[in-house]
Amino acid sequence: MASITYVEFNGTPHKVEVPDGISLMEGALQNGVPGIDGDCGGNAACATCHVYVDADWAGKTGSRSEQEEAMLDLASDVRPASRLACQIFASGDVDGLVLHMPETQH
Amino acid sequence: MASKHTLSREEAPPQWPLPPRHRPQLADHKPETLTAYLATAPLGDVDIADPLWWETDTHWTFFKRLRDEAPIHFTSLNSERHRGYWSVTRWADIMAVDTNHQVFSSDAHLGGITLFDMDSDFIMPMFIAMDQPKHDVQRKAVNPIVSGANLAAFESLIRERTEAVLDGLPRGEVFDWVDRVSIELTSRMLATLFDFPQEHRRKLTYWSDIATADPEVPGNLQKEERQAVLLGMLQEFMGLWNARVNDPEPKGDLISMLAHNPATRDMPPMEFMGNLVLLIVGGNDTTRNSITGGLKFLNDNPAEYAKLRANHALIEPMVSEIIRYQTPLAHMRRTALEDSILGGQHIRKGDKVIMWYVSGNRDERAIDSPDAFIIDRVRPRQHMAFGFGIHRCVGNRLAELQLKILWEEIMKRFDNIEVVAEPERVPSAFVKGYKSLMVRIPA
Repeated sequence: MASITYVEFNGTPHKVEVPDGISLMEGALQNGVPGIDGDCGGNAACATCHVYVDADWAGKTGSRSEQEEAMLDLASDVRPASRLACQIFASGDVDGLVLHMPETQH
Repeated sequence: MASKHTLSREEAPPQWPLPPRHRPQLADHKPETLTAYLATAPLGDVDIADPLWWETDTHWTFFKRLRDEAPIHFTSLNSERHRGYWSVTRWADIMAVDTNHQVFSSDAHLGGITLFDMDSDFIMPMFIAMDQPKHDVQRKAVNPIVSGANLAAFESLIRERTEAVLDGLPRGEVFDWVDRVSIELTSRMLATLFDFPQEHRRKLTYWSDIATADPEVPGNLQKEERQAVLLGMLQEFMGLWNARVNDPEPKGDLISMLAHNPATRDMPPMEFMGNLVLLIVGGNDTTRNSITGGLKFLNDNPAEYAKLRANHALIEPMVSEIIRYQTPLAHMRRTALEDSILGGQHIRKGDKVIMWYVSGNRDERAIDSPDAFIIDRVRPRQHMAFGFGIHRCVGNRLAELQLKILWEEIMKRFDNIEVVAEPERVPSAFVKGYKSLMVRIPA
């Protein structure tokens, strides 16, 4: 179980518990967190779960896959901290992680 | 048994007019007759690309069979016309193809993104029919027009127009919803995106229809006539380009954006035409047919219409459900760049691979009760009508916004809009849409 805080673009935080092995996109959808759509169901194929990972956590969340890179390249307001939440999975390593959201999902 | 690979251009050189099409010998072409035939016909005897199945809305039975019996299926019937193609019909397999752009190419020079190859003597490169890296830079040139900030700016304009169109509709008499509402709203929006003269907006609809029309369907333009119309379109847009290219700063319209972006400002004329066709078809046919489809689906499903009347908060999930249920582009095509195995089948380099979104959106393996129209689904956004991967629809948010505003304004005004006859459908395996839908708003 990992405690994840999703921060909407307007600053509203949502702290939820996500079971180990579940993607952070699923974690948001299952808990009704607004601002993450997850249209493709977790295949890094739509870029509608775009989030910014706080710099302190970058070492724990891994790096972008080739497919994820290709999709993020076409998303809006992409930054070095950009990731697709469907490609990060809950575990003890990311317990306490804070994710910020862009203004809109593509 | 016929070989299961797409014929090369040398094996099946382009012919015009196309050789005659093999069709089943049936007593008539009533939907019941066609559906009964598809239920038991040998799979190899059916060419689902035939416009017949689309004009009559009878393809469903065949796709259900393919999903269950032959999810990666090769069609060689009529291959002298289309060179033969693989049909991919399950959600997961379509996803695998759509996300593997390294193997499955969209390149116009290999035939492009539709089942029928682009005319080899009239190739129109466009970013949807390009591979990386050129695709990415051209797509990024137009992406800002559908940014979140731009959509917010469009919202009040879309609402005003929607109000005006709906307020002008007759009461107590039968009229064509496609002409009065679907085409009217989408052509006004498209004219705005291009900053094209509003008084000539129906030209955009005309060009969109010409660009996608099957030249063999009776009444449609022949190949040379079609090319002449598209060249006329190019000329008209070149005038707009020339008027805007020397502006000190790009304006907010698509032509200005293309004329000023280093990635697109030196495009050859055919490439400019290709991108125009892409943006016109993408911004027109798709939303138009979802506007029409939505009204038809609510009429066919009165309990859902009642749910909507009782709770307008369902408009947002309903919009996604309408788009899934309509799937306004039935397929996208890829060409294999190398040999691979897909769902146990050997796909050879050069093979045509058709991703039937219309089938993936009805795949029981991915969607609960997929043949039902349900406006309050738990995960309504999980559909494949926009495609997946790097070629996913760039205008999806604008389309959703247009449909959302339309239904908000309809619900403010009309308790009921009755469909009074079966629609007339477009005879195309690509654009899945309607020519007309006769309706009446009670007086």
